[in-house]
Amino acid sequence: MEKRVTFRGWLLPLVLIAPQVMISAIFFFYPAGQAIWQSLFIPDPFGLSARFVGLGNFEFLISDKYYRASFITTAVFSLLVTLCSMIPALFLAVLADRLIKGSGVYRTLLIWPYAVAPAVAGVLWLFMFNTRVGVVSWYLGHLGYDWNHVLNGGEAMGLVVVASAWGRISYNFLFFFAALQSVPRSVVEAAAIDGARFWRRFFTVILPLLSPTAFFLLVVNIVYAFFETFGVIHTITAGGPQQSTTILVYKVFSDGFVGQDLGSSAAQSVILLFVVGLLTVIQFKYIEKRVHY
Amino acid sequence: MEQRSGMVEKRGMGLWLTHGFMITGVLIIFFPIWLAFVASTVTQPEIVSPPMPLLPGSHFWDNYKTALVSGVNVPVATMLMNSLIMAIGIAVGKIIISLLSAFAIVYFRFPGRTIFFWMIFLTLMLPVEVRILPTFEVVAGFGMLNSYSGLIFPLIASATATFLFRQFFLTIPDELAEAARVDGAQPMRFFIDIVLPMSRTNIAALFVILFIYGWNQYLWPLLITTDPEMNTIVMGIKQMFPSGDDVAEWPVIMATSILAMIPPVIVVVSMQKLFVRGLVDSEK
Repeated sequence: MEKRVTFRGWLLPLVLIAPQVMISAIFFFYPAGQAIWQSLFIPDPFGLSARFVGLGNFEFLISDKYYRASFITTAVFSLLVTLCSMIPALFLAVLADRLIKGSGVYRTLLIWPYAVAPAVAGVLWLFMFNTRVGVVSWYLGHLGYDWNHVLNGGEAMGLVVVASAWGRISYNFLFFFAALQSVPRSVVEAAAIDGARFWRRFFTVILPLLSPTAFFLLVVNIVYAFFETFGVIHTITAGGPQQSTTILVYKVFSDGFVGQDLGSSAAQSVILLFVVGLLTVIQFKYIEKRVHY
Repeated sequence: MEQRSGMVEKRGMGLWLTHGFMITGVLIIFFPIWLAFVASTVTQPEIVSPPMPLLPGSHFWDNYKTALVSGVNVPVATMLMNSLIMAIGIAVGKIIISLLSAFAIVYFRFPGRTIFFWMIFLTLMLPVEVRILPTFEVVAGFGMLNSYSGLIFPLIASATATFLFRQFFLTIPDELAEAARVDGAQPMRFFIDIVLPMSRTNIAALFVILFIYGWNQYLWPLLITTDPEMNTIVMGIKQMFPSGDDVAEWPVIMATSILAMIPPVIVVVSMQKLFVRGLVDSEK
């Protein structure tokens, strides 16, 4: 889409876009280019020179069992975060939609967790499940379950998943609720007149109409789980125990900043870049088409 | 919210059941925040001998005063100020540069316009986490570690807001620009008198989203603020945990967590309509 009516002149528009171009060039394109460039080299241990290795860093990553494990960890993590945040959100949105009065109050309350930073959410959940002082872990202990996410990889994963999904429930709730409100009443009432009970109406009439929203949220939540959960993982587990919660973004950080393995970290960035690109393409392609059924 | 009444909403028993489920859901979701609040009002001994109480104690002022005035490494008041400057800097900075460049690409034909447009598209795809190492080197090279500009600039480099404003400007009727041109108005007059006032709601909605985005940043401040005086509150909480086997000062840490969530919660709850609109817009 283009404007038919435009102003004349070329100097003014160039001045107007200059700040954006400069900031993007310095803090976006140059670093992104550097990441790609560095991924082709292995720096010597003193950082004085670098040896060109072509795709060597990538070949190494593909054959590295820790990197492959991190891929699987990320897949499991994002799948669980997406499910744990979308299903409760849908349930709450369906409930709120059935209320004529009061849904506004619930909505106001349910928005809260969205405003809580992932890193702060991490601290809150860490506090509840802390092995020494945590309330939940203490009561679990009394029920005979010995909670220890510091040693048990599965429990660590469970904790970072719940802490990451928590704030996301608010986000998904808002979108599901808006979508439910826009389902035409006449359609739902027609089904009711035909004798369809609530759950039948829900699965045959309402859910199909929600599918565009659900698909959109699916992609957005996966992107969130991939890239915005660093704070949760860093505060709760720092990737452990035995790397069982080291997702790809966390590994870029730990290999690059902690391990000082610059070439590998850069190569991992480039791989992530492709992952984001892929997700963006999927998002644009399908959301434009409005998936129904 | 529109008022509806029809045959498919619940009444009687079903209505109470729905409210019951809803309240249970809200309570479960609120529990972590409630527990943090309780912990911020009791004493350290009450917490380290589990189970801690589930109702607030009487040390609210003590804990919050300790946090704000002395903190652990640095007073929390300082971190709050840093976060505020960073969040507002990101929101305002990004809105200004985006408004200007979106105006340029929608209302002008100039050399390089297409290239510029594709630049915008590219930046939409790359979160800061992915290009973190080279960006760190650039910022270090400029001597911007431990500075507000180092905290702000790399996070306004993507053109998401430009893209949004472009979409909005395209919906402004052509007749307005036509009339302005016939009247001999300068482009910047048109921008200030017509385009800006029309974009008010979009600007406000975007401000809400960007403020929270900036306030909640973690990894970037963690990397570039090595001086505790420059820590932001969200990343500073983790720094309050002792390394090794020492026991964490839970009441102070939890008071800090509550303080860290108050500004974004106020923004989201008080500007709920704008916030929801901003969310929907920015994801379109």
